[in-house]
Amino acid sequence: MSARNRELFGLVVAGLIASVALASVTIARNAEVAASAAVWGALFLGLYVVAHVVVRRTVPYADAALLPLTAVLTAFGLASIYRLDPDDGGRQAVWVAVGVAVLAATLVWLRHDYRLLEGYRYLFGVAAVALLLLPSVPGLGERVNGVRLWVDVGPLQFQPGELAKIFLIVFLAGYLREKREVLAQGRLKDFGPLFVIWGAAMIVIVQTSDLGSALLNFGIFLAMLYVATGRALYVAAGIALFVGGAAVLYNALHHVQDRVTIWLHPWTDERVYCALNGELEFRQDCASYQLVKSLYSIANGGFGGTGLGQGTFASTDGTQLIPYLRTDFIFSAIAQELGLVGAAALLLVFMLFVVRGMRVALQAQDGFSKLAAAGLTFGFALQTFIIVGGVLRVVPLTGITLPFVSYGGTSIVANFLLLAGLLLISNRANALRT
Amino acid sequence: MNRQIVRLTYVALTLVGVLVVMTTYWQTWAAASLADRQDNAVKRVAEFSIDRGLIFSFEPRKRLARNVEREVDSKTLFFRRYPFGPLAAHVVGYSTVGRSRTGLERSLNDYLTASNANLSTLVDKALDELRGKPIRGNNVVTNLDLDAQAVALEELGTDCGAVVALDPRTGEVVVMASTPGFDPNLVERRYGEISSITADCTPAAPLLNRGSAGLYVPGSTFKVITASAALESGKYGPEAPFVDPGYCTVYGKRVNNFDTTRPYGAIDLTNALANSVNSVFCKIGLKLGAKRILDTAKRFGFYERPPLETPLDERLASGLYRNGQLYYPKLDSDVDAGRMAFGQERMLVTPLQMAMVAGTIGLGGKLMEPHVVDRIVAPGGKVIEQQRPRLIRRAVTKKTADAVADMMRLAVAQGTGTAAQIYGYSVGGKTGTGETGVPGANTTWFIAFAGKDDESPPELAIAVVLQNQSGTGGTTAAPIARAVMQAILQPTENP
Repeated sequence: MSARNRELFGLVVAGLIASVALASVTIARNAEVAASAAVWGALFLGLYVVAHVVVRRTVPYADAALLPLTAVLTAFGLASIYRLDPDDGGRQAVWVAVGVAVLAATLVWLRHDYRLLEGYRYLFGVAAVALLLLPSVPGLGERVNGVRLWVDVGPLQFQPGELAKIFLIVFLAGYLREKREVLAQGRLKDFGPLFVIWGAAMIVIVQTSDLGSALLNFGIFLAMLYVATGRALYVAAGIALFVGGAAVLYNALHHVQDRVTIWLHPWTDERVYCALNGELEFRQDCASYQLVKSLYSIANGGFGGTGLGQGTFASTDGTQLIPYLRTDFIFSAIAQELGLVGAAALLLVFMLFVVRGMRVALQAQDGFSKLAAAGLTFGFALQTFIIVGGVLRVVPLTGITLPFVSYGGTSIVANFLLLAGLLLISNRANALRT
Repeated sequence: MNRQIVRLTYVALTLVGVLVVMTTYWQTWAAASLADRQDNAVKRVAEFSIDRGLIFSFEPRKRLARNVEREVDSKTLFFRRYPFGPLAAHVVGYSTVGRSRTGLERSLNDYLTASNANLSTLVDKALDELRGKPIRGNNVVTNLDLDAQAVALEELGTDCGAVVALDPRTGEVVVMASTPGFDPNLVERRYGEISSITADCTPAAPLLNRGSAGLYVPGSTFKVITASAALESGKYGPEAPFVDPGYCTVYGKRVNNFDTTRPYGAIDLTNALANSVNSVFCKIGLKLGAKRILDTAKRFGFYERPPLETPLDERLASGLYRNGQLYYPKLDSDVDAGRMAFGQERMLVTPLQMAMVAGTIGLGGKLMEPHVVDRIVAPGGKVIEQQRPRLIRRAVTKKTADAVADMMRLAVAQGTGTAAQIYGYSVGGKTGTGETGVPGANTTWFIAFAGKDDESPPELAIAVVLQNQSGTGGTTAAPIARAVMQAILQPTENP
């Protein structure tokens, strides 16, 4: 079977998963199988068949697993979001369609040689920093939950950080390919840009209070630096710098302090001062409310889960128990309804995506492609780790999205761009090999 | 670069692998402890889709807690109703969405929601789940005697206080009444009506189970412990002679008897207890020292939370309290043993503890474990848990217990507790009046045991406490004890 036919087969399987998931949600909601579930399932499959046809025409040698894995991830996301709120499910479906369109457009645009982007690397670098700082521009940015992540553009909101990540990877791939020999020699003067990036990460934290985004972008940078130079020492030095900087900022920024306190001590036995209402409350009823409720949601799933549509997310009077369920905490919704079995399956899909992405990096022939593929894939893995790890209390919780699963347009579109990049790189690598 | 990429792959896979491990941790290892947390709203709301087990009284067999079904958002939910309202509210507690749970509803939640680990429950639950039916919880049968419980509440009336009655032979708690009470049906939606309850005491604390979590100055009821300690020490016998001058000198200060106008003069230990002579017990206390008395109290269960099926924090330990904390003196000189010997000096006790003391004396010194739950029954009728009488320990020798029992019988026959006499029964009791120094603000007590005759083991032990009284234990608490005992012992004569 050719790569493209395997891809099509994978997509049919993903379409079946999506149909079954949507059907069980409708059963749980209305106690009967609604015909709409089949229609939605067919639309979902149709959308990805369109993507498949575009891939077949533009990047025929591309990796066969990436697109089906993406389809499975979006199916998880769509079913969970639809279950939480059918209207949001519809909107998310539109965003997935937009994402597929962006994927198609990117593939058509760059099908001959994506490496032309390398020539614009500094433009991408500047754009990435600009995008990261955009939410802190007065009048543009919106502070949600103490973090500046959003930008209002007319009626639309978008999270520039998601796009900045992609731009940064393109910049770093170009820059590091050019300078890797020099950097590997370890002369101090060559490290100017390194400090510039470190400084930028710190400024982003100060300006936006967004620890998660800073951690993600700095992590991508260190990973790509390591791939380029092979010097683990640089990674160690980078981590030391970041931790040092963060420690200094820790004392200066209340928001960061709060996040760490919540992470270390989500439950208190005695009432402590609660900044939300100015009274003495148990921390689990106040600052760590979100994290604790999300852990309860995950624990309630147990091994087998409650079943799709059977989970408990609202009180008996309809008030929501867990905030930001569709975005930051989508994993705790999935973990409750699908249990350890479903949550582990979801994480396994992420792992498979990572393996395929890294395989693309290994197969790529030139430095720019290798660096870009490795950066995109590691960014994907690290973002998953930061948000799910935050929900699971492995690391302090920061509000970033779960790739392809969380509700949100910018995130979906940015991750389809990431997919487009990996498909383009793998197409070129495989085309050269054959 | 490939070597680095391979290593980076391992790092990336490890990151996601950590997530799998931690998901497993939260969903299997930690799930049980998270489910037990009071603030776990997810679990609490989820459990409303379970057909929660019913809670019954023992005699007559009535449903103290039942369910009403309601369709919410295409789900069948089971909400609690308490048909008898305040009658057994403190023991049964409540189960609500907004205000969590108390009482047996909280401590037996695992059984009531069929999440206990018994094999038969696991099988039943799995079958219910496979059939797509609501999970059915296990039913709880309490030891409560509903008629006697009603008598206790009626007798307590508008006073703040509590009645605890138990069978000393088995530890079965048949009455646990506390006033002011509350209607558990109001907790979810009309909580304001409960929080605005006022009473003769402040705070009124209608939710407080005074029977097991109310701490009161024991007054002269503590003399039962002191007398036991005196006999156990071997330094005194029941006929040990004393001279009562009407007061006792502690640290150079006079501590008066309740009635200073009539000193008894020459009196033995038995009559001193029957007539509650402070000076005699003050002298015993000074002679024995605080620690020896407290060690005897410990044998009766002081300094530990009495074992009962209700939640741990709804039961308090009796003992010396300092700044709201239970404390045990390092040295005899840390405590005024003379005043402690007749129940003052920061000694605080619960009615449940004092009922256990009275029962232990009546039963010849054996302290039995109290139980308010008789059995837990699966929805199909199979008994999952059956409580059986269990000895905690022998508190004092049979000789000591029988001697103190005789003293208590004398108190009811011709001493301070004559108001508790019941025709056809041998009743032994002890009054108590904890003086607060404010007129009309005494804490009054009566503790008693009752059996067919002097020789047979008692069928009943009781403790009654009243707050803010102007009378004595003999005039206020003893009649209530009598009424409740009669309702239990001779139910037909109390229609």
